[in-house]
Amino acid sequence: MKSPKFGIVVFPGSNCDHDTYYVLRKVLNLNAVFLWHKQTSLENCDVIILPGGFSYGDYLRTGSIARFSPIMNEVINFANKGGYVLGICNGFQILLEAGLLPGVMIRNESLNFVCKDVHLKIENKESVFTKEINDKKSLKIPIAHGEGNYFADENTLNELEDNNQIVFKYCAKNGSIIKETNPNGSVMNIAGIVNKRGNVLGMMPHPERSSDPVLGKTDGSLIFKALVNNILN
Amino acid sequence: MFKAKVLIKRRKTILDPQGKAVEIGAKHLGLSNIKNTRIDKYIEFNVDTTERKKAEDEVNDYCKKLLANPIMEDYEFSLEEVK
Repeated sequence: MKSPKFGIVVFPGSNCDHDTYYVLRKVLNLNAVFLWHKQTSLENCDVIILPGGFSYGDYLRTGSIARFSPIMNEVINFANKGGYVLGICNGFQILLEAGLLPGVMIRNESLNFVCKDVHLKIENKESVFTKEINDKKSLKIPIAHGEGNYFADENTLNELEDNNQIVFKYCAKNGSIIKETNPNGSVMNIAGIVNKRGNVLGMMPHPERSSDPVLGKTDGSLIFKALVNNILN
Repeated sequence: MFKAKVLIKRRKTILDPQGKAVEIGAKHLGLSNIKNTRIDKYIEFNVDTTERKKAEDEVNDYCKKLLANPIMEDYEFSLEEVK
């Protein structure tokens, strides 16, 4: 399969970097490299992934210190030029701290670390990350986080809606978006958003954990495949 | 040199799940009058300059860019000269 080049940034405390690398290289047969957070070259990657984990021990606020790692200046420039960036879980938190996506992440309403499969409704089927995903009622992808309670003020939320920036919402298996399916208290059940331009996606669920058929679920791989197809076309 | 004492407070409009949980503990202790528990951050550090204005600027920068997230937090600080 022809492949864009994926760069997976490794911060101190990242722990989903190898899972992501494994899925891209071994399961999906794509081109992927690790990028150490202290380097300042993105090595001509076409897609940058900020993986899940606990960068800098989650000290101060999740993602707040990683945001100042040397590589982040390049990631911000790359994103501002239209480069594709995907932040997963802690990666999403870093994108918020870096100002590449609007809003903040606060502690789960339940105060529990929640680790389980959830269902996601694709709210924006036109994004480069979701276009071409077949008409499924919902995607089954796991979450694993203590701070996934997305918050933004009313103006920001209106803007997200008006610009079709909300990509994923927590939902029931049949796709209905109800309070009971919200695992963390996130406003409007938001699980993933893109920036206005649509080239930067942040999502709390872990697509890399539901991509290897051995694990009995593969909905996560649909996102990686959609991205690859949409970039190549 | 100055000693900076920074207080970072979460905006009132933003839920503080930690404060809420701690308050449940107060109820369990039988402290029925405790309301609106909020947990904020208090941070101390030294600023190695003799110019107060320079110290203030640097503390402001530190707070705005890293210690506080201006989307959900406000900060205040004091500077005390130390030898």
